[in-house]
Parts: sequence; structure tokens; C-alpha cells
Amino acid sequence: MALLLKDGAVAENSWLAIDDEAVTVPEGPVIVSLERWRRDRAALSARNTPLGVRLKSDQLAGEVAADLDRFTLVALEFPVFRDGRAFSTARELREHHGFTGEIRAVGHVLPDQYQFLVRTGFTSVEVADTAKLESWRHALSEISVAYQAALTDDTPLSNLRRRVGTVG
Amino acid sequence: MARPAEGFAEGLRVITANRLDSGAVVWFGPGDSWAHRIAAATIFERAEEAEAALERAKAAAAAGVVVEPYLIEVVRGDDRVRPLRPRELIRSLGPSVRADLGIQAGQQQ
Amino acid sequence: MTHLQAGPYHQAGQYHYDEIDRRFLAERVEQFRRQVERRISGELTEAEFRPLRLMNGLYLQLHAYMLRVAVPYGVLSSAQLRQLAAIGRKYDRGYGHFTTRQNLQFNWIKLVDVPAILDDLAKVDMHAIQTSGNCIRNVTTDQFAGAAEDEVVDPRVYAEIMRQWSTLHPEFTFLPRKFKIAITGSPHDRAALAIHDVAVRARRLADGAVGFDIYVGGGLGRSPFLAKLLREGLPEADLLAYLEAVLRIYNQYGRRDNIYKARIKILVHEVGIDKLRQQIDAEFERIRGPKYRLESAIVDAIRAHFAPPPFEVLPDEVPSVVVAMTGDAAFARWVQTNVVRHRQPGYASVTISLKPAGGIPGDATSEQMEAVADLAERFSFGELRVSHEQNLVLAHVRRDALHALWTELGKHGLETANAGLIGDIIACPGLDYCALANARSIPLAQQISERFADPERQHLIGELKIKMSGCINACGHHHVGHIGVLGVDKHGVETYQITIGGSADEKAALGAVVGPAVGYDEVTDKIERLVAAYLDWRLEGERFIDTVARLGVKAFRERVYGPAA
Ligand code: SF4
Repeated sequence: MALLLKDGAVAENSWLAIDDEAVTVPEGPVIVSLERWRRDRAALSARNTPLGVRLKSDQLAGEVAADLDRFTLVALEFPVFRDGRAFSTARELREHHGFTGEIRAVGHVLPDQYQFLVRTGFTSVEVADTAKLESWRHALSEISVAYQAALTDDTPLSNLRRRVGTVG
Repeated sequence: MARPAEGFAEGLRVITANRLDSGAVVWFGPGDSWAHRIAAATIFERAEEAEAALERAKAAAAAGVVVEPYLIEVVRGDDRVRPLRPRELIRSLGPSVRADLGIQAGQQQ
Repeated sequence: MTHLQAGPYHQAGQYHYDEIDRRFLAERVEQFRRQVERRISGELTEAEFRPLRLMNGLYLQLHAYMLRVAVPYGVLSSAQLRQLAAIGRKYDRGYGHFTTRQNLQFNWIKLVDVPAILDDLAKVDMHAIQTSGNCIRNVTTDQFAGAAEDEVVDPRVYAEIMRQWSTLHPEFTFLPRKFKIAITGSPHDRAALAIHDVAVRARRLADGAVGFDIYVGGGLGRSPFLAKLLREGLPEADLLAYLEAVLRIYNQYGRRDNIYKARIKILVHEVGIDKLRQQIDAEFERIRGPKYRLESAIVDAIRAHFAPPPFEVLPDEVPSVVVAMTGDAAFARWVQTNVVRHRQPGYASVTISLKPAGGIPGDATSEQMEAVADLAERFSFGELRVSHEQNLVLAHVRRDALHALWTELGKHGLETANAGLIGDIIACPGLDYCALANARSIPLAQQISERFADPERQHLIGELKIKMSGCINACGHHHVGHIGVLGVDKHGVETYQITIGGSADEKAALGAVVGPAVGYDEVTDKIERLVAAYLDWRLEGERFIDTVARLGVKAFRERVYGPAA
């Protein structure tokens, strides 16, 4: 079982991830793969519940740009935490494509990346239920200064510097 | 360390790693201990023994005692055992350019 | 924490931390302390911890952990060097190794000590952030920045801006591979621009404003490439937006399936520079906007940190130097090789060679570091530099004090007069320390420098840059050595491949293999024969590299290996 984190705390997960092979799609908000979306586009669009799409790390923002108004959630996959492509994908979804829904990190991510996720536009993170929540909670207040503009509305300090993170 | 199995059975092997906390070079010894001198290492003559011991050494790595244990080839002569390859020889002694440093100088990391 | 400002000497041309920077650094140290704790408690596996520790400069090498301390664009204050000396004594074995990336490495570090070492570094505003890992590394530059006679733009200002911008960049910390940026502000390239992932040539645009030519895709390693021109005349205000665009394209499209093909040079090679430029430009147009503009007020504020030290008004010709030169051949030789002209009349920049004959290139003991720190205070406004040639530099020395400085250096074995000569060998740590090495490089460098120890002979040979790496990762820049030496492992035997004709300056070139690889004992002889051939063949005023260019590699191969080779 996975846990969902928002703002450093465990949050309720109202979304159901749907297997590509699943024959029926249950009621309620569901997340489908990009492949499934392309295959069942008509049927999925006809449903009257929120829809999310899940991108692999090599499926970049451009792949869903034209369809973004159909989705209330985009899940970005980290096959391993060292694969940092999703940081760019999230940022492009927000900055270039104006996506305002939820961006969720799924797969292998470390608490040490939490602030980077938030600063590049992610809203939630799926972690294993064995994860040390203390480390995740702490991660957002660990570093309070950043030296570059990003997606969060940071308080400017001086020069390139700005105040970031939750005050811990 | 993917090595062909052939030729392995004749060769002598020991297991080495670095300690997680200090980085010190260590060798797998009797009672699954980690020794700071290669002289105290258990020498494996048979491939199966070596592989079985490597599994136990990997358990020690998983438990956070050492990092990435692996098998190396050694040669025995004059009652001493020393690694076959230059890399492992240098690891077992210290830098060749600083005889005053490392295991060769009696220092323990 | 005002310790740095306390002394009367703190005039070093470097970025001075304030409370905000210090708060950041303290938090980063705490973060790493917790990472170490989480590793030891088992919360983090080695596979997870490894990239995190690398991002903070910590390697596991052959004998111990190795900590690579960042020396931002190679600039240090005396107080900082003293602290490095103290750390070397307290936590290491009393010495450190200056690297080709202008950093300092400690070789005998314990993991459990690292948080305390980082605390000690933070006390002098230093750290090990991004000295390794698949992130944007320490930005490097010309060791004579701010002093060079030919400089048009002070590169330190922009190196600092790029350092700050790249620090814990949320988007670009988990790149396909490492990313190295170098910058110069002089027409003569002393920063080896051509071998960097991104190289920035700062210059004056037609209207007199600062602008940049951006190069991309240089890098050594298994497939060496020289950087290609990507963008000409980029306005100052666009520097960061443009870098964001380059990095984003690289982060998205750089290969992640093969570590040897993951650098941006391979992307440039596979996609082609023109197509890549289109992609980057398109991204740049989207990014460009007020949010990512580099405001001139910010540049000015950072430039203020690099104001020239309080030079005295001096005549340019100093008779006492000339007199001393005529009187003392050894001093005259040192002035000839280790002293370069300064933009300020009456001053000079001095290279302190860390390459004594038979010594370990780039190594300095804690005592030597302290001595140099003192000399920097006495002679160069408390500031010094690390060069990519693994030497130290006092950038602002009065010409009339050169003899006094040289005399003092001699007391610490630091007066070697060989900057740029055959004894000034770049060598990576190689198999004596490095876990990735195939062969040793240090003892070979020692052999060669001993063979050519005679200062008169070295001066007779003239400029000749030998660069050695212990494996194909090329930390010793062997591809761009006038003579390059690469260690390879042939069935468990250390073997060496020799190249000639490489160069790392504005006429950058990759060396060509001169003959079959040779054993450890043959390298020095081969090099001696290459040098003998050059001495026989050179024309008036020709350097080794010029003769190689004129006659070709084949001529040298036949001379050294015989016609059949
Ligand atoms: S070139 Fe190879 S041997 Fe030398 S320091 Fe780099 S990785 Fe190590």
C-alpha cells in the first residue's frame, strides 16, 4: 500500500490507479496510463468523473499538452530516484502549458527530493507505507534559502536569493 | 565482478569490502568477522565456498557494516597471501607513493 | 560569525557570505548530518545514499572516503586555506590534493567525521556542495581572473552568479550525468573551455555591454569532444534563462541508458548542434521573461564583491627585480616561468608550483598550506587561487617584492621554477587512491619530473604540458596534453597509452596516439625520446606542440617506435 503526502503530511487519496489490462473502469476518480488514455480516449472522456494520466519518465510534457483540459491530475513516474526528468516535466506542465491541477510524484522518490518536487510544481507524492514519515515531514523545512527562481511563490531576500520551504 | 566460472576453482579468493563508518579496507575472516589485515582473511579454494561466503558478506553489507563486498584473486607464497592485481595490492597496503601511510605503515583507518 | 572579516587582511576578491548564505550553509550541513545518520541507521540503502553523498563531494575510494572540498572558481582567502590545513591535520593525514577542477581533496576521511568537517568548513564559508554527482559542478575559471593583462570581463562575477543559481537547483540536481561549466573573460583561454559541458566566453559586445558566447558539448572521457559554438553574443540579462534552457533540454533528452553516453557531448553528437540549437532556442524563448532575467542590479551587487584590492600606484619597471635577475640565475628562471604580467602597473601574478621534481603533483602538506596562507597575506592581499594545472597562484604581488616572496617560498620547498614546463605535470590520483583507476599515474609523474629535474634542461625544452590520467575518465586531461598519458589495464598489468598534439587553450585539440601502449617502465624513456626528437627538429621559437603540428604525429612515431610501428 502506498501513502499519499501533501504539504508534508499524510493526505487522503481519492484516486484509483487503473491497470492497462483492467476491463472495467470503476466509478470515481481514476488514473490511467498515457497508453490507455490514447486507446480508450472516447470511453474515458465520456465518464463524468475526474480523470488523471500517468506519464513514464521518458514521456515528456508535450505528449499530453493538447489534452491537458481533460485531466485534473497528472502523475509523473520516477523509475528510480536518480532519474530526474520528471522535475522538468512538472515545470513545463505548469509554466508552459498552464496546468493547474494536481501533479503527483509516483515511484521511487526520496525525502531529500521533496523540496525540489514542490519547487518544480508537484503537489503530492506517493510513498511506500514503510516510508519514514518523520523524514518526509522534516524535508520541507530543512533548507530555507534558495538561489534561483522556481515555481513556488518565494519571498525574495536579496540578489538571487529567496526564502523557501515551510518554516520549521 | 562477473567472472567466468572456469579457472575460478583453481584460483584462491578472499572477500574484501570497505567499512561503512570509516571507509577502512577490510577482509572477510573466520566467524564472518571483518579483519583489517589481509593475512587474517579466510582464503577460499572452491568457488561454491566463496560464493556462499559472499552471500553472508552481502548480508553484512545490508546490515550496514560494510559497503559492497566482492571477491578478489590472491596468491600465496612465503607463507603470505597477497592480492594478484595491482588495484587490490595497493588497497591491501596503501598508496605506493606514500609508504608512510595506510596499512603498510601500520595505520588503521 | 564575523571571523572572516576580523583580520586586517580580508581583502580577497571573493564573494563574501552574509547571514543568509551562512544560514543556508548551516542548514545544508545539518541536512547532510541527517543523511549520514539515516544511512547508518539503515533508513537509506547504499544505493540511495551514494548519490546523496556524492552530491556533497564524498566518495568511497580505495583506502577510505575521500572528501572533495569546493573552491569556487579556484579562489581562496588565507583564512580559508588555513582552515583547510587544520582540517587536513585533524581529520586527514596532514595533507590535501589540489585537483584539475580547482578543488581540494582529502584522502583519508571517515564517514562519521564528515558532518564535523563540514561544520569546520562552514566556519570559513566553505563546503563540498556539488563537487561530485550528476548535477551542476563547481564552476571553474581562469586562475588569473581579475588580474590578467588581457582580460576584458571579470569572469568571477558571472562564475559566482552561476554558482549561486546552480546551488541545489530543484530541476537540475538529478541530471543524466555530471555537468561542468567553465568561464573566461580573456581572449587567451586559461580555463580549458573546450573540454566543458558548457563553456562561457565573456566579452564586450559591439555596444560595449557584457555578453557571452556559449559553447556546448565539450568533455573528455571515453569519447572526447571539443565544445561547439552554440550561441554568440548572448546578452547579460539572458544568461540564466539561457542556461535553464540548455539544462532543461539536456535533462529531458540526455541519454540515461548508458553511463558512457550520458554527457551532453553525446546529445550534441547524436542530435547535431544545429537541431539542438533550435530546441534550446525554442525552450529559451518560452523561459525568457522577467522571472528569469538576470537584473543588472544583481550583477552590480555581486560585482562589488570583486572590487580590485587597494593597489598602490607604482612604476611598472622595477630595477631591483632586474638587478636580482641578473644576479641570481635561479630567481631569474623562476621569474621567467612562474611570474606573469598584471594589468596593474608594478604588480605581477605568481604561480606557486606544486610540482617539485619527484613530488606528487597537486599535493600540499598542512604546513605548506599555512605557509602559503601567510605569504598570501604578506604579498597578495590575503587571497590566492587554485589553477586547473594543480598549482597555487598569488594573483597580486608587487614586482619589487618578488625576490622576497621567492626567498620565502624556498623555505617551504615551493620555489620550483617550472610553471608550464615539462616538470609541471598534471596527474590525477590514479590507482594509488582512486577506486576507478586502471593504473597509477602519480609515480610516473614523479619519475618524469625527476628525469627532467635539471632546471636548465627544462627551460631549454620550453613549454610542454604533460597530462596523465589513470583511466579513461580523464580527470588528468590527458587528451589535451601536449603529451598525454593514459593508464589502461591490460590483463591485470598497468599499461600506458601515449598521445601527442593535444591542447586545452583557445586552439584546443585532442591528442593522437603516437604508438602502441607501453609498460610502466617504458613511459619515461618514450617521453624522453619524444622530447629529443623535438629538440632536434624544432625551428626557432617553436614549442613542442608547434613542432608536432608542423611535422605530424607520424614523424614522431617513427622516430620513437621505429618505422615499422
Ligand atoms: S582519471 Fe580515472 S583514475 Fe584518474 S582520478 Fe579520474 S577516475 Fe580516477
